[in-house]
Amino acid sequence: MSAATRHVLFVLLALLAVFVTAAWNLPRAWLGSPLSLLPPVLVCAALQEQGSAWQWVAVVGGLARDSLSLDPLGVSILPLYLTGWFLSSHRELLLSELAFAQAILGLAVGAAVPLLTLGLVVASGDVPAMGGRLFWQWLVLTVSGGLITPAMFRIWRRVEAWFAHPMIPSTSFREDREILRGKY
Amino acid sequence: MSVRPQWLTFGGVMLLVLVLLNLPQAASSRLRLVLGTVYLPLFGATRVAGTVVARAEDALTPRGLLLRRNQELEDENRGLHARLLQAEEALEENARLRSLLGWREVSPWRLQAARVIARDTASWWRTVYIDAGTRDGLKPDLPVLAAEGLVGRLGAVGPVSSEVILIGDPKCRVAVVVREVGENGVLTTLSPGVLDHRLVDLTHLARNTALQPGQTVFTSGLGGVFPAGLPVGTVVDWRSVGYGLYTEARVKLHADTSRLREVMVVLP
Repeated sequence: MSAATRHVLFVLLALLAVFVTAAWNLPRAWLGSPLSLLPPVLVCAALQEQGSAWQWVAVVGGLARDSLSLDPLGVSILPLYLTGWFLSSHRELLLSELAFAQAILGLAVGAAVPLLTLGLVVASGDVPAMGGRLFWQWLVLTVSGGLITPAMFRIWRRVEAWFAHPMIPSTSFREDREILRGKY
Repeated sequence: MSVRPQWLTFGGVMLLVLVLLNLPQAASSRLRLVLGTVYLPLFGATRVAGTVVARAEDALTPRGLLLRRNQELEDENRGLHARLLQAEEALEENARLRSLLGWREVSPWRLQAARVIARDTASWWRTVYIDAGTRDGLKPDLPVLAAEGLVGRLGAVGPVSSEVILIGDPKCRVAVVVREVGENGVLTTLSPGVLDHRLVDLTHLARNTALQPGQTVFTSGLGGVFPAGLPVGTVVDWRSVGYGLYTEARVKLHADTSRLREVMVVLP
């Protein structure tokens, strides 16, 4: 799969994550908070992709998220970008193939992105209602980020498989070792 | 990617963020609505899928259950029809008395129904998005109702979708009156420290207000955004604050804003 296709797919995945966050009301009705879906896409993009897909996820995903929120437009770009940059620059050191490591990274990013965003929202002059409810919502976002990130890696592998050429299974057959039987 | 292009890109992103954050309010709202239109086809598809599922459920519902439900609705309809006749009589009487007193006539509400298509992606705001906009006659700040009572007011309004700021959000304060005692107050934010999203703080009540649990709260019409008489909720409890200078109460909203599906906008 070409780098451009991967970029487009990651951006589409980010847009879809924002759409599901806004349109799927079940977690909000049951847990009092939406699930964290965009940070797992960012983690996946930053660790899977050599190029700049994570930057596109941060900018386009952040804009899309803010377009469906009372937050000032553009406020969530920076937190996503900074966390994506950190992950991308430490890609070689992170055990991104292990589900456990993916979950820990998801927890960390799921916790950091809402905190940084809220900090910027407050700094820009908008003050949402603070209190115990906000802490609970942050917990839900953190835990859901940790749970969804390994699943997001699996989804990405599946998506990649759709667009890649099928692998030719290796075989032990060798013509020079073929035992020919019968009359010849 | 090498270090230098990364810093250049970061500079570009910072510039973009600074420009966006410093846009005038009107331009920012317009840009937000334009970006939000990307999702309109998806919201439309979700609605169609929901309709298909609902039809499938209808097809699977037993006929006996439907007949019983139909009978219940017919009974309820008869009762409501009788109450409507009484209300019309009272309305006519009210209009007659108003004209005798020389008071200005009150025009009846015109309602625009709309569906909730999305909710705020940030968990710290209480906002929903509906599938009606300027082409349906909506304007910013119009009151929004559910069947049970007031739920909020319109924020930014686009051509085909609008933002509804719900009661309990810091950006939606409602001037209300406790009907039984005639005391005016302001509904502010959700009560802190509880997970019940229907409990809202009612502040600015006089210190010796005779509040009782179960007293009803309606819009007072003060402030000019919400017309008087819209049902809002009931008083749950109250406490003295500010060294006894005034009273603060908790109000349970009639409408469950976390499960809203359809709303009505009160048109001017």
